[in-house]
Parts: sequence; C-alpha cells; structure tokens
Amino acid sequence: MKFIIAIIKPFKLDEVREALGAIGVAGMTVSEVKGFGRQKGQTEIYRGAEYSTNMLPKVKLEIAASDALAPQVVEAIQQAASTDSIGDGKIFVLDLASATRIRTGETGDTAL
Amino acid sequence: MIRKLLCGAGALGASLFVATAAWAQDAAAAAAPTVDKGDSAWMMTSTLLVLMMIVPGLALFYGGLARTKNMLSVMTQVGAVGALAMLVWVGWGYSMAFGNDFSGAFIKQFISNFDKAFLMGVKPDSTAATFSAGVAIPEYVFVCFQMTFAAITIALVLGSVVERMKFSAVMIFAVIWLTIVYFPIAHMVWAASGLFFGMGALDFAGGTVVHINSGVSALVACLMLGKRMGYPGEPMPPHSLTMTAIGTGLLWVGWFGFNAGSALEANGSAALAMMNTFVGTAAGGLAWMVAEKFAGHKGSALGFCSGIVVGLVAVTPAAGNSGPLGAIVLCTVAAFVCYFAVTKLKPKLGYDDALDTFGVHGVGGMVGALGTGIVYSAALGGPSGDSWMGMAAQLKVQFLTVGATIVWAAVGTAVAITVAKALTGLRVSPEVELEGLDIGEHGERAYNY
Repeated sequence: MKFIIAIIKPFKLDEVREALGAIGVAGMTVSEVKGFGRQKGQTEIYRGAEYSTNMLPKVKLEIAASDALAPQVVEAIQQAASTDSIGDGKIFVLDLASATRIRTGETGDTAL
Repeated sequence: MIRKLLCGAGALGASLFVATAAWAQDAAAAAAPTVDKGDSAWMMTSTLLVLMMIVPGLALFYGGLARTKNMLSVMTQVGAVGALAMLVWVGWGYSMAFGNDFSGAFIKQFISNFDKAFLMGVKPDSTAATFSAGVAIPEYVFVCFQMTFAAITIALVLGSVVERMKFSAVMIFAVIWLTIVYFPIAHMVWAASGLFFGMGALDFAGGTVVHINSGVSALVACLMLGKRMGYPGEPMPPHSLTMTAIGTGLLWVGWFGFNAGSALEANGSAALAMMNTFVGTAAGGLAWMVAEKFAGHKGSALGFCSGIVVGLVAVTPAAGNSGPLGAIVLCTVAAFVCYFAVTKLKPKLGYDDALDTFGVHGVGGMVGALGTGIVYSAALGGPSGDSWMGMAAQLKVQFLTVGATIVWAAVGTAVAITVAKALTGLRVSPEVELEGLDIGEHGERAYNY
C-alpha cells in the first residue's frame, strides 16, 4: 500500500477529485494549508505599507491506495492539477505499513 | 453683521452663509422667531445621522483597520468616549461652547459662562437662532445636534492611539480634552462672540473644529504615547477591510446630517451642502485611487475608502461655502495631498499614527479649511459676493484660524495626555499589548469560531 500526499492549487481541487473518482479512488482527506516553494509570495499594500506574504494558500490531499492503483493516482493528480506554471504543487508517495477500517476491523487493501 | 443677528439667541451652529447688513437690521426689529416643523424635523434627522457616523460608522471603519485581537477595544473605545462626550456636553460642554457670554470682553472670545451647565434654563420652548432672520429651531434640538459633533470628534482622535492605550486612560483623556480643547475651539469658531467667528473665519460644518482639531490632537497623542510594539517592522495589515468598507458607507451617508444639517434649516444652503457632500466625496475617493496608480500600485479598496473619507473631511468646511465645481477640485487636491501624507510622510517621519487620523483628518482638514477661503469666492462659483481681493483677505483669516487651532489643540492634548498618564500609566503592559486589548482590557474576543 502507498500513502500519497499531494499539495495543489486550491482552485484545482474539484478537477482533481473528479479525475480520482474516475479511476476508482474511494476516499481522501483534504485540508487547507499554507506554504512556499519556488513560487514567490504576494505583495500586499495597505495605505502605502507594503507587506510581502511568503506563505501561499494551498490544498493538501492525503490518499491511501493499493500498490496497483498508486501510479494511476499520481498520474491523475499530476494531469488534473497542472496549469504549467510554478506553484502547481508537488506529489509525495510513501510506503504505508497498515490500514484498518475502524467500523469492521478489516485491514490491508480491503480497508481502503 | 450676522454676528449681531445671532447674538440674541446666543446659539448657532455653523459659519455664516449669506448675510447682508440690511438683513441683520430686519432681524433686530423682528419679534419672537418662528420655529418651523420642517426645519426641526430635518435637524432631528441630521442629529441621528451624525450619531450613526459614530456607532456603528466610525467604530466599524476604525475597527476593520485594526488587528483581529484589538477589534473590540477599538469599537468599545469609540462608543464609550462618544457616550462620555454626551454626558459631559450636557454637564458643562454646551454651556462652555454656546452658553451665555462672560461679561469680560476678553474671555468671552474663548468660552462662554457656565449658566447653562446641566442645561439649566433650557426649556422645550427655548429656541436657537438659525441663519435666517426670524427663523429658529428648538434649543434642545440644537444642543443634541452639537452634542453629536463633540462625540464624534473625541472618537476620531483615538484613531492614532489604538492597540496600546489603556481604556481608563482613554476615558480620562477624553474628559480633559473635550473640556480644554474641543469646547473652547467650538466656541471660538462657531459662537457669535467667538474669536475666529469675529474674524470672519469660514467653517461650515467643522473642518477646523472637528477635523484639524482631532487630527493634530491625534498626532500629539501618538507621539507622547509611543509606537506600537513591532511598528514598523512587523506586518500590521487591517484585519477586515469589509468592515472598513461598511464603515465608510455609513460615514458617507451620515455625513449628510453633519454637513447639510449644519445649515440648521431645511433650505437651499442645506441643499448646496448636500450637493457638495455627494460630488466632493466622489472626487476624493477616485482621486486617491488615481494617486495609487501614479505611484505604480493597484487602485485599492482601502484607497477608495480612504479617499472617500478625505473627500468628506475636505468638503466639510466648504459644504455650504463652495459651488460644486469648487468642491470637486478641493477634494481632489485634498486626496492627493493626504495620499502623500499617509504613504510617504508618515513612514519618513516614523510616527505611529495607527489609523492615520492625522494624515486623513488633520491634513485633509487643513487643505479643506484653507481651500474654503479660495472656493468661497464668486470668481470660482462660490456663494460669496467677493472679488479676487476678497479672496486674499479671506485666505488670511483662514490661515490664522488654522494656525491658532493647531497650537491650541497641540498644547491642550499635551496637557490632557500628561494628566491621563499620571493617573493611569497611559499604556497597557507589553503582555496585554501582545495578547491584544480585547482580552487584556475587556476580557472578550471579537470572533469566536
């Protein structure tokens, strides 16, 4: 099993969700986060006082997938979230040791 | 001239509008003035419009500009000094500003006597003169109308000292400041026996009394209080420009009571003030955004709101003393000058006028007061019968009045802050300042979610 963490642009969330639904991803966790990478922050000016914000708002997806599905998940996110510009985000893939469905106690791929 | 006309009732609100010697003689001959229900209803409405400028108008405008942790303290300070000013006004303020003259020829130019303390002797059938011979409004209405002016002026001053001044210090400062700065200046500019009124100074609705007065006092107060911790290094962006925009709208609407109400009647003079409060303000709002463009920035929401307020400030002394074209030019110039004061001068000099009370009200008020001496002239479409020569003389009077007000306000504020400091310590502790005055001073949070 793989654990996939993707940081994407907030307005791309719906497209990514649709693309993942199409390949059979059954669930995910989404959070609003802030961070920075190569994309520079913005400059805000209030009555002449300039503030540069180096943290930009992003959306973080967390998805657990079977080994077989994981490459498709990464590909789907990459294609749906891309705008061909800096700040599109990153996808990280980790090995996942175990998964348990709390209601039934099922473990492994069947719990996903 | 008009001074004599107004002496009889011992009460008046704004500067003279149109007056002739013949007219004044008519007034002297006239019997008891008539009280018109239309005038009274308009003045009652205007009074409430000015109240709306304070709560919620100014409270939201200022509150939105502060940081989240200080939102409630700003709104509470604005509301509380406004309420305090109302009590002080009835207690001794009205009597000091618009009461009966002292017998001394010198002192009566600065304040009136205390015969009307706690509104002693004012009855439902007492009247206050307007600018038309033989026309009056109930004195209670005049007292209420002027009361709201005192209340908003002290609330305006607080803009420079928010986010760090103790609530107790604010309240003590307010009582002293109103007594030694606001009431004398209001008397000098607006009362029949007042020093500046006698010189012929023009201040239709309070450019000098309200805006220069509050702006200069705000500057002195913030210099004595010191900067906020972390200023200017730390980012301190406004926490809600939505609130500030709502406040701006309420101020604009309320300002029609402030300006058109200062005609004291529902007549052509009020209509002119209304006209100018529309177009001068509109010009100010757009001009600030143009100034931002010239400076290489984006036209901003806060810029629009700031320009609207500058327009309102600058048109205040000119409201009934200018044609619409004069008001548009005056407010455009004021917006450019204030943009410079707020975005260039303040950072350069390094004082922490937190919400730009001096940059907007002080500087805008000065441009407005001096400019009124220019746009008043018939040569520029103003209501005066004067030629260009008259303009020079008027401008000199305006300069003297502005200069004297600056000195008076600065000295009075220094005294009031010094007393408040001795009694309360003036500033909150660094812990409270870091945590925010909402929790530290009032034990509440503005937003719980």
